[in-house]
Amino acid sequence: MSAPLLEVSDLVVRFGASDAVRGVSFAMTRERLGIVGESGSGKSLTGRSILRLLPPGARLSATRLAFDGIDLLAAHEAEMCALRGRRLALVLQDPKFSLNPVMRVGDQIAEAYRAHRRASPREARDKALAMLEAVRIREPRHVYDLHPHEISGGMGQRVMIAMMLAPDPDLLIADEPTSALDVTVQMQVLAILDEEVSRRRMGLILISHDLDLVASFCDRALVMQQGRIVESCAAGALEAAQHPYTQRLLAARPRLTAP
Amino acid sequence: MIEARGLTARFGATAVVDDVSFTVAAGEAFGIVGESGSGKSTVLRVLAGLHQDWSGSLVVDGAPQECHRSRRGRRVQMVFQDPYGSLHPRHIVDRALAEPLAINGIADATTRITLALRAVGLDGAHRFRYPHQLSGGQRQRVAIARALILEPALLLLDEPTSALDVSVQAEIVALLQALRRERRLSYVLVSHNLAVVAQLCDRLAVMREGRFVAEMTVAALRAGNAEDPYTRELLDASRGYRRRKTS
Repeated sequence: MSAPLLEVSDLVVRFGASDAVRGVSFAMTRERLGIVGESGSGKSLTGRSILRLLPPGARLSATRLAFDGIDLLAAHEAEMCALRGRRLALVLQDPKFSLNPVMRVGDQIAEAYRAHRRASPREARDKALAMLEAVRIREPRHVYDLHPHEISGGMGQRVMIAMMLAPDPDLLIADEPTSALDVTVQMQVLAILDEEVSRRRMGLILISHDLDLVASFCDRALVMQQGRIVESCAAGALEAAQHPYTQRLLAARPRLTAP
Repeated sequence: MIEARGLTARFGATAVVDDVSFTVAAGEAFGIVGESGSGKSTVLRVLAGLHQDWSGSLVVDGAPQECHRSRRGRRVQMVFQDPYGSLHPRHIVDRALAEPLAINGIADATTRITLALRAVGLDGAHRFRYPHQLSGGQRQRVAIARALILEPALLLLDEPTSALDVSVQAEIVALLQALRRERRLSYVLVSHNLAVVAQLCDRLAVMREGRFVAEMTVAALRAGNAEDPYTRELLDASRGYRRRKTS
């Protein structure tokens, strides 16, 4: 058993007098961890707490929040900046909002790379092209020069993944990375994510409302409800979940096979 | 209820719906599945009279329709994807429901509003709330009540559950099933979610790049009898992620 990559214990995120995350604890190694829940369950805030990127007005507390042995609670903002992007990466739901609309997508990847690695513009450009190829974009040279509005949602999300993976992070937090995409495109993006995570031996936290997706994509799953983890199990065992809330979620899914 | 022959809808020079034909019997629920840009919502907008630049022949509820004439009357009503976008943020529920009645000159609004709210599982307490004071599921119930209050024969449903959480989605699906049973409504449901279509509809068409690539009964879909390769791809994708075997 290797040392945990990430340790979270008793994480609380408070807005004014109400707690949005109420005492979440988990630890993970370089595995694929899925966090499932409905809107307002605190799953996204849990993901963002790891990066200490919370909306204004949110107060974070925990008894322990450590990434690869580094105490994130004690880290200065400068240390966090050195971790974010470089070792801890975040992919959000909609590439439309996370890409800079007035910058060529290739330059955005190169810029992200140079922010974390010493590289000449030339090397950064080559790296960006290699990354575009890694996320299976055909004609990377052509796509490099396009602006975000000229590419599709699925391609935009691949660009985001390329950008996040370029500095070789140890942990990728993907918050609903495919929810804005069509189902068949979703599968392509997931296949790329899957391949890159395995190849780089990274940890992945996949935050999603989609039980089937987490069950089929992840190694382990946490189910959150109203700021708490109510179930923690192997992702493959989600179908046989014990907690009544998880069972209700499972029963609520529209099924193709049965009416 | 609907008979469409060679329906083509254009935005400028591009045909986003290209020679589509289908019929929907009275009391039947027909689903249209497709990905973004396939033209499925445009078909619905033509049916609703919201998109005017179309050709082909279309009969809705026994009345032949002409393009550039958008009147469908109270027998055809529509429910949109995002109830927050389709309800006026500064109108209370009561006013949202009173408006279609006023437009159609229907009397005893109060009784009808109470009944419509009850039919969708809301009560008097919700009547004087603003949309932002309601949950997503409650808002969608209001949107359904607004469509029902004119006692339509045909409901056009554009992704009615895709902005909702799974447990709320299940409630709305159950509500739509019950309403169709009780009121013998016909539905045309547009969705990207095959499973939701399978739950609500009798028959469905799969749309891609403006055309119907497959048309089948839900029973055939469930039995896995889809022949069209794109339909099979959609079916596979909706079963969750499958890791390819790596050597």
